[in-house]
Amino acid sequence: MFSYCTDPAALSGLTWLSCYLTTGKHMALYWSFGTVLTLLAITAPTALALGFAGASAARSRIRPLSWLGKFYIAIVRGVPDIAFFLFFVIALDQGIEYLRHKVKCPDWSEPIRQGNDFVVCSAAKMPLSTASQWQHDVYGFALAVVTFAIVFGAFAANVLFGAMRAVPHAQIETAEAYGMSPRQAYWRVLVPQMWIYALPGLGNLWMVLIKATPLLFLLGISDIVYWARELGGAKTARFTDYPHPDWRMWYFLALLVFYLGFTKLSEMVLERLTRRLSHGQATAGGEALRKAAT
Amino acid sequence: MSCWQTIQDYGLRALGHGERLLPRSDFTLCQQFTLIGSGLMWNIYFGVLALLAGFILANALAVAKGANHPLLRKPAEWFIFIFRGSPLFIQFFFGYFLFLSLKGVSPVFTPFTSAALGALVVLFFNTAAYSAEIFYGALRSVPKGDIEAADAYGFSGWTRFRRIVWPTAMRLAWPAYTNEAIFLFHATVLVFFSGFPAWQQKGDALYYASYFADKTFNPFIPYPILAGYFILLTLLIIGVFGLINRHLNRHLPQDSRPRLRFRPNLIR
Repeated sequence: MFSYCTDPAALSGLTWLSCYLTTGKHMALYWSFGTVLTLLAITAPTALALGFAGASAARSRIRPLSWLGKFYIAIVRGVPDIAFFLFFVIALDQGIEYLRHKVKCPDWSEPIRQGNDFVVCSAAKMPLSTASQWQHDVYGFALAVVTFAIVFGAFAANVLFGAMRAVPHAQIETAEAYGMSPRQAYWRVLVPQMWIYALPGLGNLWMVLIKATPLLFLLGISDIVYWARELGGAKTARFTDYPHPDWRMWYFLALLVFYLGFTKLSEMVLERLTRRLSHGQATAGGEALRKAAT
Repeated sequence: MSCWQTIQDYGLRALGHGERLLPRSDFTLCQQFTLIGSGLMWNIYFGVLALLAGFILANALAVAKGANHPLLRKPAEWFIFIFRGSPLFIQFFFGYFLFLSLKGVSPVFTPFTSAALGALVVLFFNTAAYSAEIFYGALRSVPKGDIEAADAYGFSGWTRFRRIVWPTAMRLAWPAYTNEAIFLFHATVLVFFSGFPAWQQKGDALYYASYFADKTFNPFIPYPILAGYFILLTLLIIGVFGLINRHLNRHLPQDSRPRLRFRPNLIR
């Protein structure tokens, strides 16, 4: 990186550290923080949308739809989430390949499950075996995002379902007394008011989502945990210009500090958001804001 | 090979007894049920011990966090923040590598590099921090009238805490603490997926479930088995904690007793 880094063996102290921390592999580590943030940025809205759909379905007056919504919320309870992560990644992958197999190779006669193997025709492989490395990476990441969204969507659905029930019933009755249809009352009265009730739960969920991101490692993504393990391990002079003993402890300490800082930052942002959303609401927080204003 | 034979071979496999080699081909349902169930013993071991030890530390931490003196309050606040603010997965990794480094300093730390002790320590601190936050909230919401009544009866200091404040706080905290216990048991599946090695393939339930999923490339059998076991375990925890809850609230009339509600469990 720097011009003085040409002969690392001759360096010492801070200059050595500055060269060591800017090697190509360390750059990959810093980029993997970007992977984590990308995952959060995509998963959070997707999970919220899925959760909204799930909660709306659970509230629906059509019985099968309401059962479907309640089943979705209930299925993620009671089972360790890591099991879901491990399960969904394989199951989604096999499901996609199975569907592609049915479409692309209709005249394939052999069974797909042969003993311990899952065999589909080569045209149905996902991604194709001719695809380049980055396509494999993107596909793996997309599977991870979908898995996260499904699991966290169920949590969000549970929170939103509770929030929808927390909106005072009189509000809906008033809306109906003004002649709104159930659909109008839902979109114009219930949905705008439910967010303040949902915010504590959603804020909690966001914290949990942040803390779930290292599980990307279990889904086979080269994320920060992967790189911390890789870079921290003891290196001898034969394989690298920067030999060092086992430093994995320090790498994981750095990750720990990163997550603590991120959590603290989120807490502060959520605090401000709560104040904003409390404006004009019939809650204790909203009442306090009203009193302060007059 | 009959199923009874399989149970004899693999029933205690997670503890290192019975057949040494894991099944490699022609996996039967019986083998999957037996091995995953055998691994569940580790989850119960981690969960029960961490919960019991964590309960004591959590009470101390909750009282310390509620203390006026900053020398007591600050360390407790930091302990709780560090363990609640970072992912358990990273804590496991950090704990393992920390013990590995300490092992070089003193052989006292050698047993801590095994999952049985090292992971237990991490889980113990983690659950203590989470429960301490629950107990701290409960201690703060003890009704003012209860404390005034205690004062009026001449209770003070330690007696007031032990006879009035603490039992009331436990009563208030118990439903939330039940959920914490369920979380904890679910969190135990992370142990063998973080740094801690599974010596001689002695692993927990998820370790064996993912072993089968890898070998058969079929996730649709081992993971539902695992899910079934965990639902049973969760029901058992709810049952036991429900009994304690009933005992805690035995002075209340039948219909005003708070009921335990099963809340969704989240990853930490």
